Amino acid sequence: MNELLAWIRAHPGLLERTASEHLTLAGTALAADIAIGLALGIAVAGRPRAAGPVVGIVNALRTVPSIALLVLMLPVLGTGFAPSVVALALYGLPAILVNTTVGLEGVDPEIVEAARGQGLAERQVLWLVVLPLALPLILAGIRTSAVQIVSAATLAVFIGGGGLGELISAGLGLLDFPQLLIGAIAVALLALVTELAFALLQRLATGGKAAAA
Amino acid sequence: MIRLDAVSKLFPGASRPAVDAIDLEVPAGETCALIGPSGCGKTTTLRMINRLIEPSSGRVFVGGEDVTGADPVRLRRGIGYVIQGVGLFPHRSVADNVATVPRLLGWTRDRIRARVDEMLALVGLDPAEFGPRRPASLSGGQRQRVGVARALAADPPVLLMDEPFGAVDPVVRDRLQREVAAILRRLGKTVVIVTHDINEAIRMGDRIAIMRDGHVVQHDTPERLLLAPRDALVTEFVGPDRALKRLSLVSLGALATTAQAPPDAPELPADANLQTALSVMLAAGAGAVAVLDEAGGRRGSVSLGAIRDLAANAQPIERSAS
Ligand SMILES: Nc1ncnc2c1ncn2[C@@H]1O[C@H](COP(=O)(O)OP(=O)(O)OP(=O)(O)O)[C@@H](O)[C@H]1O
Ligand SMILES: [Mg+2]
Repeated sequence: MNELLAWIRAHPGLLERTASEHLTLAGTALAADIAIGLALGIAVAGRPRAAGPVVGIVNALRTVPSIALLVLMLPVLGTGFAPSVVALALYGLPAILVNTTVGLEGVDPEIVEAARGQGLAERQVLWLVVLPLALPLILAGIRTSAVQIVSAATLAVFIGGGGLGELISAGLGLLDFPQLLIGAIAVALLALVTELAFALLQRLATGGKAAAA
Repeated sequence: MIRLDAVSKLFPGASRPAVDAIDLEVPAGETCALIGPSGCGKTTTLRMINRLIEPSSGRVFVGGEDVTGADPVRLRRGIGYVIQGVGLFPHRSVADNVATVPRLLGWTRDRIRARVDEMLALVGLDPAEFGPRRPASLSGGQRQRVGVARALAADPPVLLMDEPFGAVDPVVRDRLQREVAAILRRLGKTVVIVTHDINEAIRMGDRIAIMRDGHVVQHDTPERLLLAPRDALVTEFVGPDRALKRLSLVSLGALATTAQAPPDAPELPADANLQTALSVMLAAGAGAVAVLDEAGGRRGSVSLGAIRDLAANAQPIERSAS
């Protein structure tokens, strides 16, 4: 424990910098996924012909390991922040997209019918009725995706994306155990906090009713 | 008030139209019951009135206006709509559900709140108790009441109901039918109600349209329908007890004479119907019932013979019982 604190004192600002890089990477990728996942989910929901291929392709992404996705970015986008974000976003997209489509399609058609019958315009049906009813599942998807992205961002270091992975890879390379441990603990804590924060958000948004992911 | 003019619907890929050149007119303030076997096109007909389904041909008039080219969203805000599953929004309180259309119409908060309370009270639900609750915590009958309150909230002149009481048990349904029919008559709404239940059609409808295979087979008052079913399908639909059903349309008061019934004769209020009176007489082995006035005194009588004559008489009788 003392060794860890000593290491932090000896490297002022390093933990903060890598942690903030990590959060920026993960946050940017997650924000992109929420936007893309929701837009795509809304666009294909209720259109089996479009939904099939889109969800299929995105689901296939699920089978590609995160490290492979990152490395595959190299020849296309080179190294650094942007390719890391793209790879992480690709990695986190399936959970959000699949939950969004399943959530939207799970809304009782009778309720949608009643909403139209009362004179809600299509947009109002979506925003006032369908999305709120699909929200528990959508949030569950975002939560899964957030935790996946925060964990996978550790690997961004391999293509020069920075983040807490720097500490781990440097620690391994130099056999600097305090640094290695601090990197590992920080990533684990970050993932845990993400999970808890989104679980709380989910609970607040759904009035205490937990939804299955 | 509502007029369908040669309205047809051919669904894409279907071999024949679900609704085939229907003409139907519902005068202002009247209730028309659409009834017929499953799949005959009742729901399709109803939904073409608020354009949830676009007619393939023909024209629909609501309030004298051809709505075939109107903006469907605006049209629907002026037409109350109640469906079998009720379709209440589960994520919103009962009060918010009832407030749906007034909100869409941009009413002020105070006006909406007052209106919601008024509507809940109208359908027999205490606003303070039920307003804040979620639909999931209500019984089927209560949900149905909220559905009616929601449909009436913006005071639309026209109401469309698709098997509104289909999902509740017979006892609750019976009460709801009476109460809702009374409310709709009092408010002078023009109503089209789809039902499977001939008794519901007789109870709620000023006129009944019997449908088969996308056509209206007979469109008549309940009285005429029971008296003179046009063909075998209608006869089957109204049932072999149509004479009894017809008696349920006439109140005791309408047939009462001033002759005094025997002292031991059963007694009934003047607004009881003849079907009830017949049943009471048969059960008591009596030849007449005493008809009571509002104060509970005997004001006259109806004899078994008078009921039999009326039932056998092919003349239309005045509709006077509810
Ligand atoms: N959206 C649709 N697409 C294709 N066919 C439809 C559609 N809606 C209804 N139909 C068909 O049109 C016919 C009439 O259906 P409709 O729902 O109007 O019947 P209904 O009289 O209301 O029956 P029920 O009493 O069972 O509710 C049926 O054959 C039905 O299968
Ligand atoms: Mg139907």
